[in-house]
Amino acid sequence: MEQLQCKDLSLGYEGRAVLSGVNFSVSAGDYLCIVGENGSGKSTLMKTILGLMKPLGGTIRWGEGMRENEIGYLPQQTAVQKDFPATVWEIVLSGCQSRTGRRPFYSKAEKELARKNMERMGITAFARRCYRQLSGGQQQRVLLARALCATQKLLLLDEPVSGLDPKVTAEMYDLIQGLNREDVTIIMISHDISAALHFASHILHVGHDIFFGTVEAYQSSPMAKRFLDTEGGENA
Amino acid sequence: MMDMLRQYLSFPFVQYALVVGVLIALCSSLLGVTLVLKRFSFIGDGLSHVAFGAMAVAGVLHLTNDMLFVLPMTVLCAILLLRTGQNTKIKGDAAVAMISVGALAMGYLLLNLFSTSSNLSGDVCTTLFGSTSILTLTQAEVWLCVGLSSAVVVIFLLFYNKIFAVTFDEDFARACGTRVEAYNLLIAIVIAVIIVLAMNLVGSLLISALIIFPAMSAMRLFRSFRGVTVCSAALSVTCALLGILISILGGTPVGSTIVAVDIAAFLIFSVIAWLTRKAG
Repeated sequence: MEQLQCKDLSLGYEGRAVLSGVNFSVSAGDYLCIVGENGSGKSTLMKTILGLMKPLGGTIRWGEGMRENEIGYLPQQTAVQKDFPATVWEIVLSGCQSRTGRRPFYSKAEKELARKNMERMGITAFARRCYRQLSGGQQQRVLLARALCATQKLLLLDEPVSGLDPKVTAEMYDLIQGLNREDVTIIMISHDISAALHFASHILHVGHDIFFGTVEAYQSSPMAKRFLDTEGGENA
Repeated sequence: MMDMLRQYLSFPFVQYALVVGVLIALCSSLLGVTLVLKRFSFIGDGLSHVAFGAMAVAGVLHLTNDMLFVLPMTVLCAILLLRTGQNTKIKGDAAVAMISVGALAMGYLLLNLFSTSSNLSGDVCTTLFGSTSILTLTQAEVWLCVGLSSAVVVIFLLFYNKIFAVTFDEDFARACGTRVEAYNLLIAIVIAVIIVLAMNLVGSLLISALIIFPAMSAMRLFRSFRGVTVCSAALSVTCALLGILISILGGTPVGSTIVAVDIAAFLIFSVIAWLTRKAG
């Protein structure tokens, strides 16, 4: 089942296009990695998909029953959050905000959902701890649990492993892969091309040229060869 | 000393001052955390100057109840400042500075040109530092204060979860379909109401202190958003009560006494935080 389809999308700031001619689609259970050089418009693309920015042209179409209640987002951390007085519980619960509608307080079912997702991410023990005192990897798990409260179907992750050490990075990738196996669709921006090739089912490479297709097709494309020579050389 | 206090407390104007002082202190502390964390402190500061300008205009126009003029003006400016502040950061800062300093200058100019009062500098001092205005409240003003502060508390409680969500992560909230702009507007309007209320207590120059100090003190010690909010409310009310009582007994100006107590509380909280961190 197709969950998201972008057709001839062009995006950018104040009328100036950063990217144009973006075509891709995502089906239930896919694991899509968005790769490309710095400044190629990966984050802008994600913001446009999320509806934080208006596209300059083209269409974004959501599948049956998708939108708003069905997307979980893991943003890059902001400076404000690093010094924010909030417990893990408060943050995870805020992932249910789209479910409350006009109701001012969280229901029992929503609290139960938050509890379940904290367990899923292995952070139940930290529930009463302060977010700012956690390690980088623990903080990412908290934000992932929050995103899971917002969705059962589709997660959008903006560089979920940036700033994490190799061991924690590997754990994070395992967690995400585990979610994907539970039929959660993943769309992830990644700097780490080797991990992208290892875990993803599809690749969207943005920049001057745009590639979209399965990992296998990507690996034999001339674009990937050029990119891997420059980027992969640094990371390997 | 207790006898003197008991005697003062039997005066209706002292009772009014205590009731209104507690309510204003409660309201102003609630949004402090949000204001500090959202980097909205500058809007609070700018708005207090706007409120001064509006107060001067109201004085010149000889309005019987100046709050009815000052409140809509301040709310309007809150909306304007939020609009400009969101688009581009630097321009927003400059806009706040322009509006706030402009309002301050125009207010003083108007007072000088058109004032009928014989004690101009006394009037200005009262508006800026709230020296005695809390003790000269009319019954209508007290009721207006009670009504507005109850509204602020109710709105805060109803939207507590959304305010938290919008403060912690705007982008995530927006991606979830939460109407972030609407909530930012709501926060700005509530701040404007709080500022107009607090002008009675501490005067327009000291309002930011009333909003920011309790929140900053609570953030030293508490780790949850709820804990910080409850603590800053309790702390703010305690400091206001202490400040008013001290100022009545000692004959000091109410506003600056309250702020002095707030500062003392902040220092105490900082020391406790430092000691617990050292011990743990």
